[in-house]
Amino acid sequence: MISGSFAFYRPHTIAEAVAMLATHGDAARLVAGGHSLIPMMKLRMAMPDHLIDVGGIADLKGIKRDGSDWLIGALTTQAELIADQALAAGLPVLRETALQIADPQVRNCGTLGGNIANGDPGNDMPAVMLCLNARFEVTGPGGKRSIPARGFYHGAYVTSLAQDEIVTAVRIAALPPGSAAAYEKLKRKVGDYATAAAAVALGLQDGKINFCSIALTNLAPTPLWAEAAGQALIGRAPGAESFALAGRLAEEITDPSSDARGPAAYRTKMGGVMVRRALARAALAAKT
Amino acid sequence: MNEMSPVPESRQDREAKLEGMGCRRKRVEDVRFTQGRGNYVDDLKLPGMLFGDFHRSSYAHARIKSIDTSKARALPGVVAVLTAADLKPLKLDWMPTLAGDVQAVLAGDKVLFQNQEIAFIVATDRYIAADAADLVEVEYEELPVLVDPFKAMLPDAPILREDIADKTEGAHGQRRHPNHIFTWEIGDREATDLAFRNAAVATKHLIPYQRVHPCPLETCQSVASFDKIKGELTLWGTFQAPHVVRTVASILSSIPEHKIHVIAPDIGGGFGNKVGVYPGYVCSIVASIVTGKPVKWVEDRMENLSTTAFARDYHMTAEIAATPQGKVTGLRVHVLADHGAFDACADPSKWPAGFFNIVTGSYDFPVAHVSVDGVYTNKAPGGVAYRCSFRVTEAAYCIERAMDILAAKLGLDPAELRLRNLIKREQFPYLSALGWEYDSGDYHAALNKALDAVSYPALRAEQKAMQAAFQRGETRQLMGIGVSFFTEIVGAGPSKNCDILGIAMFDSAEIRIHPTGAVIARMGTKSQGQAHETTYAQIIASEIGIPAADIMIEEGNTDTAPYGLGTYGSRSTPTAGAATAMACRKIKAKAQMIAAHLLEVHHDDVEFDIDRFVVKGMPDRFKTMKDISWAAYHAPPPGLEPGLEAVSYYDPPNMTFPFGAYICVMDIDVDTGVCTTRRFYALDDCGTRINPMIIEGQVHGGLTEAFAIAMGQEIVYDEIGNVQGASLMDFFLPTAVETPVWETGFTTTPSPHHPIGAKGVGESPNVGGVPAFSNAVNDAFTFLGSQHIAMPHDPWRVWKAAEALGLQG
Repeated sequence: MISGSFAFYRPHTIAEAVAMLATHGDAARLVAGGHSLIPMMKLRMAMPDHLIDVGGIADLKGIKRDGSDWLIGALTTQAELIADQALAAGLPVLRETALQIADPQVRNCGTLGGNIANGDPGNDMPAVMLCLNARFEVTGPGGKRSIPARGFYHGAYVTSLAQDEIVTAVRIAALPPGSAAAYEKLKRKVGDYATAAAAVALGLQDGKINFCSIALTNLAPTPLWAEAAGQALIGRAPGAESFALAGRLAEEITDPSSDARGPAAYRTKMGGVMVRRALARAALAAKT
Repeated sequence: MNEMSPVPESRQDREAKLEGMGCRRKRVEDVRFTQGRGNYVDDLKLPGMLFGDFHRSSYAHARIKSIDTSKARALPGVVAVLTAADLKPLKLDWMPTLAGDVQAVLAGDKVLFQNQEIAFIVATDRYIAADAADLVEVEYEELPVLVDPFKAMLPDAPILREDIADKTEGAHGQRRHPNHIFTWEIGDREATDLAFRNAAVATKHLIPYQRVHPCPLETCQSVASFDKIKGELTLWGTFQAPHVVRTVASILSSIPEHKIHVIAPDIGGGFGNKVGVYPGYVCSIVASIVTGKPVKWVEDRMENLSTTAFARDYHMTAEIAATPQGKVTGLRVHVLADHGAFDACADPSKWPAGFFNIVTGSYDFPVAHVSVDGVYTNKAPGGVAYRCSFRVTEAAYCIERAMDILAAKLGLDPAELRLRNLIKREQFPYLSALGWEYDSGDYHAALNKALDAVSYPALRAEQKAMQAAFQRGETRQLMGIGVSFFTEIVGAGPSKNCDILGIAMFDSAEIRIHPTGAVIARMGTKSQGQAHETTYAQIIASEIGIPAADIMIEEGNTDTAPYGLGTYGSRSTPTAGAATAMACRKIKAKAQMIAAHLLEVHHDDVEFDIDRFVVKGMPDRFKTMKDISWAAYHAPPPGLEPGLEAVSYYDPPNMTFPFGAYICVMDIDVDTGVCTTRRFYALDDCGTRINPMIIEGQVHGGLTEAFAIAMGQEIVYDEIGNVQGASLMDFFLPTAVETPVWETGFTTTPSPHHPIGAKGVGESPNVGGVPAFSNAVNDAFTFLGSQHIAMPHDPWRVWKAAEALGLQG
């Protein structure tokens, strides 16, 4: 439980950090809150020679509105997400999800950027990002680009982010009026990854579902956007039958591993249960 | 001067000032623990200290073809690398275990479990030691792996222990297979068979108790410092039994016992994990002798969970014979005990299955028979008493599940079945069918009080309504009510039946009163968080009338403390607590002589009163203990030695038998398998209560561990012996968020043979708690025909159990 040796850097600007990544190549890793990377380093599953701490880069912080979009700096901690009152009022699902991540000590360190960019299928925010169709703002040696969350995750710890790029912010469009989102997570205890979790967003018009997006956490090597499950509910009345249908369709795209949280078949079923419960809660919130 | 006091203090005020027995005195040790000022082994820093770390086996069973340490040795900062070849000339490559077996200190020819110790790297700092551990290269030849204890004694099972393969006689009798350790039998086999032949009703079920781990917050660790000039070894370590460690270290190292100084400083939880002797301790000693420098070894969490003593892994088949009216007539239990690669259980030496013969529990079984087969597997060694007396939580779980299975078969309420079979108050002292003499109890009063506390009939009515609603499809929630009535057996133990490596399991206290009336007292036990510094002082305060605040308790230093067998098995109060009272009474006898001398009366004419000796019938004529202490050093009576101190070594005449009635109410979400504890009521009877607040704290802690075991803990191995999830990510250590709210109650039935009537309480909540939780989960499904659902009751297993009953659509 002691990491290998490494050189430590603390740049102050995004450009400086990008330059360090370019210099050290694959031997370098970025660290923000460190709550995924440092345990892996202690287990020697990750052994970077160069550790670049982005914690001193002021440009990566802050929660802002850009038109109707939310623009959240990558270095925003889970605790800051929870404490931001404007965000809690405008996009409460982020606060709700952040509260389900680990414990207060971890949330004081862990960042949104780290949670989404590490590519760990156990992280909670990626599914929320898929559900809300977020975009990740990225800076590399060639400048800035914006990558849609849907399409960012390719495998466990494999993402569209190039080795020399940094996620600087997350952009999320506001939900349409009459809609609400919810995150349901089944876990064994505080601090655990999800046995299964579901992020949903749902809109109602005239008593019918007019918009629905569903995503799943920790039920495959990547977070999953259950597009068909969401689409199937368009035009239907909210209720147990519709939510059960979405749950079944969501179960079909899962590919979980069997682990101490349960065998794959159980975890798949729990994906369905989480979808049903999240939809029921979102529908209730959308009505009110 | 006291005689002149204008306003005499009331007896009540004088009593309160003592903070003696029965007082909710705050824990004095918490002043340092809550401020981060504890002094643990890893806080120790000595000049020139080196750090040790292990290279461990990747395989569960493999022959070692070669070990190459050259790269590790070449790393700057590495001082030494020890392998079995280095230990062999010192005869330290193997060490004896407490169970009469031997264990490899470092694996030489073969490895027998994953993460077994192979090489010990000593370096100038712990980071270098960790880097060097990765550089040791071992060439293996893989061997077939034995994980399932039920396959251990098959004719074609791989032979694990080649070192003893030909030995047909083990430490506990005949071995009938190379993987067989012992068979232990007790009770009347023929009479039991007869009871079953004549039984109107009989039940039989396999009741497994999974492999778990005590997982103390502080892992196992040691610092060894060998002084070559003096030929003396000082060893600091996480030792629940420091004196025994010193004796073992002396036998192993040939260093005379008086030249070994063993010091157990503050310990961050033990729960049985810190009773035994581990390769890390031995290697730190050898490394200090070899290098001439102090050497520190500190286990990390994964090493703790995967290598130092596990608990349970007991596979119990329980049968009960009964009349149609539900009166039990016989008990038969067979146990398959998985001990891992070495038999390193920490039981009293003559008890290879501990006190498992407490398995008749709280019930009046006329006959019983128990047999236990211990076997080797390719798993880590251990089998320790994790917050229980030896194998008692296994026994309590076995009988409490078996009683519920019988209740279901008879169509009787589980509480009613217990009331019909509990040993009656007038039967005490009660001789059990398996040979124990229960000291005292009032079981019916305790169970009835618990049933009243939770309004039991109302709970059953609510459960019935919920079951009906469930069957109508109106809810997916079920409710379970778990009743557990346990009898603990603690305070090991009487020399007539308890020893460790030949040393009788007495314990000791040495109390010295100084001229000002301040007291220092030392015991042979060792607190790991149990608050001995607080409670022993309360015993002394009540016994000799000196305020607890003026009494300092010390343990853990073998140079200064009297010899004792340590703290585990809830033995401290029954043994060292008794020794404390007995030493106090010796002091009191001398104090009486001094008081009489000072008061110029015959010693028969004075009597003890709270904090003083008073001339009988003349309450104004007295000498306080403070006056007497001064006189003991200033002007002792002629013919009496000066000073005021005493030592007592207490050999208990019997074990003590705490008991309790626990009731758990559980809500179960059938769709996810998530179980939520709605209510948990724990009634404990531990005899005389020394500090009610500390008892409640002990019960809360023990119940939390019971909750963890029943609802989630398990050390899992895959089919090739890889240990799964040996970290706190997977091993269930509940936080405050998961932990239920505990309600406690008590009755008081003093032990008739203990000087202050106390029985011990630290482990009762684990012993009684595990079956209460498990019975609650099982009870939720009994109405659907379920007989037994095995622990741990984590969500997926509960969901699977419901699926097996056809409840998952």
